[in-house]
Amino acid sequence: MTNAEPLLRIRNLQKRFPIRGGLLQRPVAWVNAVDDLSLDIHRGEVVGLVGESGSGKTTAGRSILRLLEPTAGSIRFDGQEITGLSKDAMRAQRRRMQIVFQDPYASLDPRQRVRDVIGEALDIHGIGTKEDRRDRIAALLHKVGLTADAMDRFPHEFSGGQRQRIGIARALAVEPDFIVADEPVSALDVSVQAQVVNLLRDLQQELGLAVLFIAHDLAVVRYISDRVAVMYLGRMMEIAPSESLYDRPRHPYTLALLSAAPTPDPDAPRNRVLLDGDIPSPMNPPSGCVFRTRCPFALPACAEPAARAMREVAPGHHVACIRDDIPAPASAVV
Amino acid sequence: MATLTDSDVTLDIRNLQTHFATDRGVSKAVDGVSFTVRRNETLAVVGESGSGKSVTSLSTMRLIQSPPGRIAGGEILFRRRDGSVHDLAKAPESLMRKIRGNEIGMIFQEPMTSLNPVYTVGDQIGETLRLHQKLDRPAARAAALAMLKMVGIPAADRRIDEYPHQMSGGMRQRVIIAMALACRPTLLIADEPTTALDVTIQAQILDLMRRLQADTGTSILFITHNLGVVAEIAHRVAVMYAGRVVEEGDVRSLFKNPRHPYTRGLLACMPHLGQGKGASARLEAIPGTVPSPTARPGGCVFAPRCAHAQPACTTAEEPALELVEPGHTARCRRWREI
Repeated sequence: MTNAEPLLRIRNLQKRFPIRGGLLQRPVAWVNAVDDLSLDIHRGEVVGLVGESGSGKTTAGRSILRLLEPTAGSIRFDGQEITGLSKDAMRAQRRRMQIVFQDPYASLDPRQRVRDVIGEALDIHGIGTKEDRRDRIAALLHKVGLTADAMDRFPHEFSGGQRQRIGIARALAVEPDFIVADEPVSALDVSVQAQVVNLLRDLQQELGLAVLFIAHDLAVVRYISDRVAVMYLGRMMEIAPSESLYDRPRHPYTLALLSAAPTPDPDAPRNRVLLDGDIPSPMNPPSGCVFRTRCPFALPACAEPAARAMREVAPGHHVACIRDDIPAPASAVV
Repeated sequence: MATLTDSDVTLDIRNLQTHFATDRGVSKAVDGVSFTVRRNETLAVVGESGSGKSVTSLSTMRLIQSPPGRIAGGEILFRRRDGSVHDLAKAPESLMRKIRGNEIGMIFQEPMTSLNPVYTVGDQIGETLRLHQKLDRPAARAAALAMLKMVGIPAADRRIDEYPHQMSGGMRQRVIIAMALACRPTLLIADEPTTALDVTIQAQILDLMRRLQADTGTSILFITHNLGVVAEIAHRVAVMYAGRVVEEGDVRSLFKNPRHPYTRGLLACMPHLGQGKGASARLEAIPGTVPSPTARPGGCVFAPRCAHAQPACTTAEEPALELVEPGHTARCRRWREI
């Protein structure tokens, strides 16, 4: 898996947003929503991307699909650089890269019947013929656990979980190789979340999809991901195979995030690494390690530019922290 | 005046019914809910959307918009600070104004919309104190500052003059907690208070609420959909489904020995942090969705989604809450067998 060229190879991706002000609405400052992100995703691999609000995980997902234009960096998809592609050339690539959105209420056009929601994707990419359109849509609906009669109904006739199934069917309609799933279950009730997570996991394995699974729920991410990347304030803090990251997080932020996740067990030990304060403003991030202002383990050297470097601490386990003595979760005390 | 025999009980809700008139008929959002909250105790009411948990909390504060909503039956017995007990379901609005924000504090989910954007946070906390405690301006400001310090807002003497938009989500939620607790309420109703917050901020807020309760002895009615949060904060838990309490008990008893199939389903369908991709076990999803409140099934409301349902579950009358162990009840005719 490691020798072959990955399906997606992202290098030094950056996305800046201008803050406009003054009479002429000129940029007066910049927000580095995603800064220096490098990541490989292999065929059939699920990479989880976790972080809190403002971490840049959603911006990263959209920049990778060029739904947001990256400011700098390289994105190679199946060997081809896609950052400079024209609109038409990019559209052809999009057939292979799709997205499932968070909010199943906002992401479906309320005036379109389900068959048009899904059919539109087929039309744009010129897939199939008019005659086999109905069968194709029926097969897709069946795949996501809905019945064929759903195709003549409108989105409002469905529950949140069913709508998310429709969103997944739409993404799969063009038979993509890669899907960005942006918080696909966080708007759903817990009992329905499990249905959709199971569905995504089944489809991913059946179709051999590569998935970037963006979420803030660490338990869901672990359940579905081969590898997990942790972002904070636009930068990647740590990336590792799931087991390695959850069992032995090396970055203090990952440690804090894991220890803050509430466990449905009243007797679970609460070895909290409580963080002080909030995420700093992304307009004016701290120098060196961006986490150092909230980090209980910060040293003076953390303010140096060198503190941003990623290093490999175990096979496939990379961390942007200069310390090697971050305690294991079990022994970390408040 | 109503009576409450147990002097430790702050809130006793008995057979509460809250109905809404809709185009499709009467929606029984809350359909016979009963529970108590004691001094120094946190009762978590947990359920999915449509379970009626938020309508229960809004009914308690008498904030149900009428029409279309109305409290159609039941009692909401609340012990006031002076020891007198009143049925809030029938209390006049003049009494509710004295109680709301004063003896019952409220925290809502969205920290931005519960604050007024054109007043400083100091003014907003101070207003509550001036209104209910009849403090003058300087005294109210001093008390507001003390509250901001108590909820852990750094540089409180500077931030007291800031506007809500100048603060982060976590800081705003602290301001709301400060406002809710300013008048030392005997009951705090917190409706999804951490749902809009990130996990590291959520951990801070839950920690804060626990500490404040230890200091003040306030009863907390905590509404949430998150069982992880319940395990962290609650002493007792009421699980709601389709307008009813289907299981209630001490937090340890309920998590370790859940008896209702719905509670079991909720616990089983959450992935645990230790559950990796290699784990061959699939998440045990509960099939189907919550029934519409205008068209609930007869018999046990959970039966159509229940793996253990038998014909009698849908044909016979709905089972009552039965005692399954001391301090733990469940509404299932088959709890002994499953």
